[in-house]
Amino acid sequence: MKYIVAFGRFWWDFVVGDDWTVAAGLALTLGAVGILAHEGVNAWWLLPLTIALLTAISVWRQASSSSDDAGAGPG
Amino acid sequence: MHTAPVLIAAGAFLACAVEMVEALTIVLGVGTVRGWRSPLIGVGAAVVVLAVLVAALGPALQQIPIDALRLVVGGLLLVFGLQWLRKAILRSSGFKALHDEDEAFRRERAEAEAAGDDRRAGLDWYAFTVAFKGVLLEGLEVVFIVIAFGSAHGHLAVAVLAAVAALVVVVIAGVLARGPLEQVPENTIKFAVGLLLTSFGCFWGAEGAGVEWPGDELSLLALVAFFGAWSWLLVRALRRRRLAYLPMGARA
Repeated sequence: MKYIVAFGRFWWDFVVGDDWTVAAGLALTLGAVGILAHEGVNAWWLLPLTIALLTAISVWRQASSSSDDAGAGPG
Repeated sequence: MHTAPVLIAAGAFLACAVEMVEALTIVLGVGTVRGWRSPLIGVGAAVVVLAVLVAALGPALQQIPIDALRLVVGGLLLVFGLQWLRKAILRSSGFKALHDEDEAFRRERAEAEAAGDDRRAGLDWYAFTVAFKGVLLEGLEVVFIVIAFGSAHGHLAVAVLAAVAALVVVVIAGVLARGPLEQVPENTIKFAVGLLLTSFGCFWGAEGAGVEWPGDELSLLALVAFFGAWSWLLVRALRRRRLAYLPMGARA
């Protein structure tokens, strides 16, 4: 069981990293873009703007925690 | 010349180069203390595992319908790439420490000297496992990028060749330098990789969700420019904020 948890945690850190809200925000936006495309709205601008917003919120929050703890995950 | 293959080659080359610089530091740190045979066998074993992953997963992913593949791979690339980009922004603005290869090399040497002598299968087990894990873990990010780049746009060979070229360049540079490659501007390279991963992830993810990009592949260049400019603004804003927190005497 310990190894399964460690394996799962490794992949979580590897893909999602230290800020799960970014991953959740991107998943929701991709879903919204897909629904809009299905309704005939070509919302190509929505994803880049959301990425910009999520990045700003995430780095600002990380900086506010004033620690060097953005360690989990790649990069 | 098409935009995507050039950017794919650049992204795979830079990602592989920067990860292999970190892996090289680990291998050099262990090898200079405990001898070269066991670490080099560890490196070889890790490279074989990584090559098998690319050979198995790359072609398998190409069997998935392209729109579904681009949505999933684009989404994953986006989440993955934003981790690189956010950390590069935090490093550039001083909120996260820069990676110091010289310090990592010294730490690796000290740990190698302190470790006991455990021999298994005719190998120095400490040296073998440290080199194997170092190359495997650093290489896993490269494999992820190579497979994602290659499969979502049908340019697996381009991505693999670029990664192999980077590997050769780093190994030759390491042999010539006989030490860790501390002069490599790691954060700048990681910034570039983060920008490319984020731009490709955005492009493919949205395309997979049904979006038609204005200008098709040329949108990739616009996305790189947009995310680059936005990141630069964030770095400037965070630097100003950091300066505002510092006491007057520490600002010079």
